[in-house]
Amino acid sequence: MTEQQGDEWFDADAGRLVRLYALTGGRTRPTNHQLDIATQVVTIRAALDRIDFEPEHLRILELCRRPFSIAEIAAYLSVPLVVAKVQVSDLVDSRAVMIGPPVQDTAAADRDLLQSVLDGLHAL
Amino acid sequence: MVPQSVKIVVAGGFGTGKTTLVGSVSEIPPLTTEEVLTEASVGVDDLAGVEGKTSTTVALDFGRITISPRIVLYLFGTPGQDRFWFMWDELASGAIGAIVLVDTRRLQTSFPAIDFFERRHIPFVVAINAFHGALEYEVEEVRQALKLSEKVPIVVCDARQRESGKLALIQLVHHAMSRLPAKAAPIG
Repeated sequence: MTEQQGDEWFDADAGRLVRLYALTGGRTRPTNHQLDIATQVVTIRAALDRIDFEPEHLRILELCRRPFSIAEIAAYLSVPLVVAKVQVSDLVDSRAVMIGPPVQDTAAADRDLLQSVLDGLHAL
Repeated sequence: MVPQSVKIVVAGGFGTGKTTLVGSVSEIPPLTTEEVLTEASVGVDDLAGVEGKTSTTVALDFGRITISPRIVLYLFGTPGQDRFWFMWDELASGAIGAIVLVDTRRLQTSFPAIDFFERRHIPFVVAINAFHGALEYEVEEVRQALKLSEKVPIVVCDARQRESGKLALIQLVHHAMSRLPAKAAPIG
């Protein structure tokens, strides 16, 4: 095992050498329907001591020691969005990660959120 | 605490500068990810025997701006090809709104994007990407040509310039706020 783990299944010319859905047990939909491509994912520390994870799940747990979105997970681990979603959903089910609030919010909460975004953009 | 994500969609026709804009304001070099759509992924959960099915890959560019420890803003560029509308729906769902980039030499390439956000009542601003130097048309001429309502803000920007892209984002957030139901007037 090296940090290159997984890369032996990617060939520059041929592309991915493993069928994508082998990584998700054949599923194309996450069980958690709140997951958006922008939803933040953070590893629960205690989960890193557990040994019952598949290698692809472990890669997510390692990456998300600090918060990343589903889109970033997919980009950094070179898997399609749907695969990242299914895997994160598994990790939510097994209580290994926490996810951020859904992107869709109620109109009432929006004004404060938008004001914070505005302040943040001005400060850039 | 897990941060809250917010999204802004950067749309527009091919070659209008979407990825350039995302890159100029993002705190990280734009990332690319892909979504795979198979025939079987519509309404079916079990892909046993999927070998013979065709699949389509859609590439997606995005950037990130950490607004605060609690809020992260993502900028998603729309896939260029119109046939990937399913992806637009996911990007736009729950988004603050959209910046529709237009190139005045090819206004028509941005019609589908404008139409998309108008129909779904998603707040958007039109950003004229004036990267070729002088603006060839008056803003109001562009508004007429695009049949845009007076309510849709038009900004002139240079997608390569961070400050310019930032102003377009600020305009959009202002516009989105202006469309929220009015706050109850404070008493006294």
